[in-house]
Amino acid sequence: MSQAATTAGSVPATSVASTEQYNYAIVKRFAIAAVLWGVFGMAAGVWIASQLAFPFLNFDIAQITFGRFRPVHTTAVIFGFGGNALFATSYYVVQRTCQTRLYGDSLASFTFYGWNLALILGVITYTMGITQGREYAEFNWQIDIIILVVWVAYFWIYLQTLLRRNQPHIYVANWFFMSFILATALLHIFNNLEVPVGIFHTDSYPLFSGVQDAMRQWWYGHNAVGFFLTAAFLGMMYYFVPKQAGRPIYSYKLSIIHFWALVFLYMWVGAHHLHWTALPDWVSTLAATFSILLLLPSWGGMINGIMTLSGAWDKLRTDPIMLFLITALSFYGMSTFEGPMMSLKSVNALSHYTDWTVGHVHSGALGWVAMITFGSLYHLIPRLWGVNLYSLKLVYVHFFLATIGIVLYITAMWVAGIGQGLMLRAFDQYGNLAYTFTESVVFLHRPYVVRAIGGGFFLAGMLIMAWNIAMTVRMGIKSEAREREEARAAEARTA
Amino acid sequence: MAAAWEWITDLGNSKMFALVLFMSTFIGIVIYLFAKPTRAKKFETYRYIPLEEDDSHLEPTARRDKTESEKQ
Repeated sequence: MSQAATTAGSVPATSVASTEQYNYAIVKRFAIAAVLWGVFGMAAGVWIASQLAFPFLNFDIAQITFGRFRPVHTTAVIFGFGGNALFATSYYVVQRTCQTRLYGDSLASFTFYGWNLALILGVITYTMGITQGREYAEFNWQIDIIILVVWVAYFWIYLQTLLRRNQPHIYVANWFFMSFILATALLHIFNNLEVPVGIFHTDSYPLFSGVQDAMRQWWYGHNAVGFFLTAAFLGMMYYFVPKQAGRPIYSYKLSIIHFWALVFLYMWVGAHHLHWTALPDWVSTLAATFSILLLLPSWGGMINGIMTLSGAWDKLRTDPIMLFLITALSFYGMSTFEGPMMSLKSVNALSHYTDWTVGHVHSGALGWVAMITFGSLYHLIPRLWGVNLYSLKLVYVHFFLATIGIVLYITAMWVAGIGQGLMLRAFDQYGNLAYTFTESVVFLHRPYVVRAIGGGFFLAGMLIMAWNIAMTVRMGIKSEAREREEARAAEARTA
Repeated sequence: MAAAWEWITDLGNSKMFALVLFMSTFIGIVIYLFAKPTRAKKFETYRYIPLEEDDSHLEPTARRDKTESEKQ
């Protein structure tokens, strides 16, 4: 099967003029960093999943125990893989759709080094046991300040690029990226309001305590999902799905409604993580109500993305990159149905504090976030280096490994979570608990093994992608060197 | 001013105020989008922006598909 015949999307679109016009160097750096963090973060994920199935893998070494390695995994995949991919794609999309060069070359380089330095420091400090203990925000206060400075620079670059655009209209993908940048700044600042113990001390005290602090944590936690892992990746979707399909988005009006509805609704739902706690009941009900309402914009966006292929469904037979993008949208639809359902108080009474939640998060993280990123990077990287993808067959292999991995992961977690929930609330005829906690842990062993195998499949796919990308980049570098050589030879002939 | 602050900081009032404010803004956006057919039509032209980049001519399939969909 010839490459050109299978995916037109893999035909490089760069030209000498466009590479001079746009800052692709920064996009390349972030794209490669995303792949490297992806390999590291997913390997860490498989490792900690294996530790849960086989606890001897902790080896009594404090630095690699589950408690310290879990935030290494979440930070590496969310902020390392996802964050770098978002920087890469947002810098690419804003330049292309505004038809202007990215503002501030050195400031953009600063965001690259600053962001990755913060993440590396985070990984090192977590293994040393230094953590704020706030989920998805474990960085200690000094690292929080580095992130804040980088983020303000990111906002400034994006804003200035938008202001310098040559296209009168700001394309909807940029709206999603901008909302992600603004909301993440807001979330990061308020969730990290801390009083440091000392200037050279890594510890700090949270400004709030008790239920207020829990509310703040989950306002942050769920909006990190909403704006970092959803809105931003929707920005990616609104550009790369039409580009790869070679067709415009199904409905632009729907994309506008999708955007505003999502932005209005997401901020209210975080409290559904605190059902049946000391949180006031009306806050819980409000969060559940808004969570149900969120189904509408989420599915509107999913339909908008999938229907872009309307009339060209045959592309799914011939284009593995399109398979990644459309499967990502299907998982987006599935996890945004599961989420509102789990936010209902009665369902939550069963699902909360069980592995069902972990499975739900991963159906979104692996199925939606990772798949849309894989598709976008497969589209983007060949264009950045001006070559075809090294192997389309390997993209197919990656796709099937990733899909099998996700299915194994989430079904194992459904079994684990629902089983665990039912065991923890089962009573005998005398009103005593029917199972001990230990019995529920023993029950979890098999699903945990299946989950680790599923993660292994997903990691294998990621490794294949890294190889495919490395070979593509190598081809690109060789081809650039050849072009330079030919240009020099031509110059010498004319001289 | 103090009375207004007192009124808005009362959760019983601010909950309702936020609901009315956000709901009416959202309904306003939807009305803005659909009220005028020419405006709605203009918005739909923006969906071609990713396909109208200055070097899109280097993507043969993208152009071919766009033409096909327009024919339909």
